[in-house]
Amino acid sequence: MNFFEFAGSVLPRFLGAVGITLELTAVGIGAGLVLGLLLALTRVYANRVVSGIANVYIQFMRGTPLVIQVLVIYFGLPPYFKAIGLKPLSSLAAGCLAMALNSAAYQAEYIRGAIQAISSGQMQAARSMGMTKTQAVRHVILPQALRIVLPSWSNELIYTLLYSSTVYFIGLEELSYASMKIAAKSGRVLDSYIVAGVMYLILVVFLSRVLAYAEARLRIPGLAIEERAR
Amino acid sequence: MSAAEILWQNVRPLFGALPVTLEVLGLLLVIGLTLGTVLAFAQAYGRRPLRYLCIGYEQLFRGIPPLVVLLFYWGVLQSFDTPRVLVAALALGMRSAAYQSQIFRGAIQAVPPGQMMAARSLGMSRLQAIRSVIVPQAFRLAIPPWTNEYSSVVKDTAFICVIGGLIDLTRQALMKVAPLSMRRPVGTQLILPYLIILGLFYLALTYGGNGLLAMLERRMRIPGFEMKGKVER
Repeated sequence: MNFFEFAGSVLPRFLGAVGITLELTAVGIGAGLVLGLLLALTRVYANRVVSGIANVYIQFMRGTPLVIQVLVIYFGLPPYFKAIGLKPLSSLAAGCLAMALNSAAYQAEYIRGAIQAISSGQMQAARSMGMTKTQAVRHVILPQALRIVLPSWSNELIYTLLYSSTVYFIGLEELSYASMKIAAKSGRVLDSYIVAGVMYLILVVFLSRVLAYAEARLRIPGLAIEERAR
Repeated sequence: MSAAEILWQNVRPLFGALPVTLEVLGLLLVIGLTLGTVLAFAQAYGRRPLRYLCIGYEQLFRGIPPLVVLLFYWGVLQSFDTPRVLVAALALGMRSAAYQSQIFRGAIQAVPPGQMMAARSLGMSRLQAIRSVIVPQAFRLAIPPWTNEYSSVVKDTAFICVIGGLIDLTRQALMKVAPLSMRRPVGTQLILPYLIILGLFYLALTYGGNGLLAMLERRMRIPGFEMKGKVER
């Protein structure tokens, strides 16, 4: 069997695994955005104590490997769940939760940076026009901040996709784990990792294109915010 | 035995495994730095085909998870009797080179082109200008983003235990989790604090390294010549 025949024969299983990878990525980035936005707003606008707590969370999550966070949620927490009468999480739920909690910390830092990049005069102007602070944040600050954050956010999406492979450690069959299984079963170690690598590359290129398009569509001419490319 | 004693009994081996993680980290940073520098110069000053080759390299390594790169390298090098530490460092180092080259290229290009012209018009050769004018400035500009890359690779070293038989921090901890959960009655509840202690090892590595790099940045700083670091992973 040559490489392409091999690739064709394992493709169905790989495509199933891509589904899990995308699911982890989508939940991680989506739930991470909601939580990250809350954390960022907390960091910028909450009082010192609450903001400090959010900061400790962010620094801890950004300073430790995702592997450990996944292990904590999958192996560390269940005994305590049991004590309060909850069922342990499935590996998929644990993986999604870990991805979201981790990504939230990174996204919070990006968003906080973007909020702080907007001049404080904007808030003052909005307030002096009679807007409440919440209104000002919602209608003046965030629409600008979220546009600024989009390039970093694209990077974060790619990272989330690549690092969804971390759930390998709890035996969830996403792309990396599937390729390891297939490598072990078929004995074609290199071929199966090459197929997995190519699939990741395709996903990365596709998602980057989509985001570049979104960025172009959302851009407001004249609102010259210098893009911060990586 | 009290819970604290059981915990300590399991934490102690982590110190034994720490050198493996440190070795891989050190080696991968050297590989990434060397190769990253070469790639950056090739992109900033090389001819077009060379430049495209470097961009291809970057895109390839930035588009594949470290886990898969490690598994692939282990698959290739296993049969050649390569030391496991070297396999791990090579896989992560070549990946890091892709990120580091972007950092260095960005730093080189952030030095205004007028500087090169000025240096050349003073009679310096191109090589002299790069060495004595461009690099000293680019190096300073690169420290903050390089610090981010450092934190990023520290966390990537948690993946190296996918290489069979390589007992790093994470593998050592994983080996202790199952026996720990057998110890009734407190065993299973100790897994959480145990894993958090494991996390503290990595936290110490990231923030310790960041602190040292911040010190280096301050030492090298020339007043009036600064660039802010970006928040990156």
